[in-house]
Amino acid sequence: MQMIIANRLLDGRVVFMDDSGGWVNEIADGSLLVSKQDAAEHLKAAQQAVEGNEVVDPYLIDVSADGGRRRPVQVRERIRAFGPSVGLVPQGQGGA
Amino acid sequence: MYRYDEFDHKLVAERARQFRRQVKRRLSGELTEHQFKPLRLMNGLYMQLHAYMLRVNVPYGSLSSRQLRKFAHIARAYDRDFGHFTTRQNIQFNWIKLEEVPDILEELAEVEVTAIQSSGNCVRNITSDHYAGRARDELADPRVYCELLRQYTILNPEFSYLPRKFKIALTGSPRDRAAVALHDIGLRMHRNEAGEIGFEVLVGGGQGRTPFIAHTIREWLAPEHLLSYVESILRVYNMYGRRDNMHKARIKIIVNQMGIDRYRELVEADWERIKDSVLKVPQAEVERINAYFAPPEYECLADIPDELNDVRARISEFDHWMAANVAEHRVPGYSIVNLSLKAPGLPPGDMTADTMDAVADLADRYSLDEIRVNHRQNLSFVDVRQRDLFTLWKELKLLDLATPNIQSVSDIICCPGLDYCNLANSRSIPVAQDLSRHFVDVDHLALVGDFTINISGCMNACGHHHVGNIGILGVNKRGKEYFQLTLGGSSDENASLGDRLGRALPQDQVPAAVETIVDTYLAVRLDGERFLDTYRRVGIEPFREAVYSPVQARAVA
Repeated sequence: MQMIIANRLLDGRVVFMDDSGGWVNEIADGSLLVSKQDAAEHLKAAQQAVEGNEVVDPYLIDVSADGGRRRPVQVRERIRAFGPSVGLVPQGQGGA
Repeated sequence: MYRYDEFDHKLVAERARQFRRQVKRRLSGELTEHQFKPLRLMNGLYMQLHAYMLRVNVPYGSLSSRQLRKFAHIARAYDRDFGHFTTRQNIQFNWIKLEEVPDILEELAEVEVTAIQSSGNCVRNITSDHYAGRARDELADPRVYCELLRQYTILNPEFSYLPRKFKIALTGSPRDRAAVALHDIGLRMHRNEAGEIGFEVLVGGGQGRTPFIAHTIREWLAPEHLLSYVESILRVYNMYGRRDNMHKARIKIIVNQMGIDRYRELVEADWERIKDSVLKVPQAEVERINAYFAPPEYECLADIPDELNDVRARISEFDHWMAANVAEHRVPGYSIVNLSLKAPGLPPGDMTADTMDAVADLADRYSLDEIRVNHRQNLSFVDVRQRDLFTLWKELKLLDLATPNIQSVSDIICCPGLDYCNLANSRSIPVAQDLSRHFVDVDHLALVGDFTINISGCMNACGHHHVGNIGILGVNKRGKEYFQLTLGGSSDENASLGDRLGRALPQDQVPAAVETIVDTYLAVRLDGERFLDTYRRVGIEPFREAVYSPVQARAVA
């Protein structure tokens, strides 16, 4: 299974294409593409979103959905989907 | 600190306004991403894995407390409450919104800081020794020449579309703390036979996928010729540098392909034409800029070794900190204090907004308002009265900035890696976290002594892995992260590139392998030897055998 991932132009945040051709922040809300034809069509729509200045650099990623939880297959895409594996803010620093 | 004159202010303000218009045109669709990318890069703005990243210059690593407070404000108002100090004396903000960048640039301009040329194929932030102007072994403060070069190369049209990025570093000390031999141009101050101060000029150093130690192109250059000679080097590079292949476009490739002698001939021929032109630096201008770097008014104090030794004898933690994190100052009664941004488990170089504010306050109270950023991703206070050392140590401990590990196994250089970076093949921060949690015994750190570990998440080597005593390079093998170790690298005045130890290891085996290397060194070192000395004496085999022997392989499996 695949999904389309991109960065939103305005703030650079990672987004996924949803069933209506819009862009959402959560992987769970994005469109899951099963057939090759589906994937190709969505990618074409994503290119139009590039031309429409909504997103930058959209591409297809492989996703597994064991137990209903979607998870990109590649480490890089998992980090894009779920954030830095080291947490967001350095912990433990700054008693101030 | 250098203060902007009217021209600097005008230029920076104009650039911020120009970028505001460019962003507007991008958001309206007038500019495509392809057209916009080189414009945003010239202003330090990248698209990373999660968001835009803004890289801001700290020229030659000198920062005022006012500027650090502004970074704290940027982190808080526009980012997620933290910033990341890099190996090029820059700070990066990781969660920036494109539409807010023009406001950020204007805020930075208020405190005389910019993101201009912090990326793109141009002359990047000029870097220097973080002890500049304060080191006891220094011939002269190199920052006046850093500033001259900054002014000369900023928005200089001839250097705005180079074949590839271009990095220049300067040091005024024989002890190289600025890794000058790993730069496109390295400038090392020394005296000629007549006793005059000038520069040894090095060219063609660099890391990345094809690392080289720089060659000396000129043994001694009078400072008045600095701009013309650098221009000639850049001009020859502009003419001969490859624009057809980005992996072969750096000056190091050209210098090493044509040979340093041929490169020198071309540079000297060009330089003969221009050396006595308007580029000859007027002494009055040197003096004008130098006045900004005049030493502060120090109190008339004496060194107080006895008093400090009394405290050190009573408090071993303070003793370790003094030994590892405090360096000699050229003025009696003062010391240089290094703030470790490498507490166990923290991402190297990261600092929260609150900590930045707290450090700025401490700099006001204990270090004459000044902070330095160094290429090992730590900060320094360069003007601390020795009688304040104990109090400052207690304050730094509260902020988790007093880990006594400067230049030790847990003082790790680490790039952002695959947790943030678009180019990375593997993560690097978790490896640094594992190692810093592994080496927490301060007695052991002191026993091991001078030892550098540098980690990069890809071949581009932002984490300086080629020149770490132990270098760790993240690679991706069939979708899994592995780590390739190298030994014997060094970025000091006797720079060397590391040698590959053996097959790459999975992440969970890296701490044990590093420990084995450290233990092997401790077992075979002679009195007074640093790891690097031992390595150069015994070679790689004892370490290779220890890490990859069947017994060890079972132990780490």
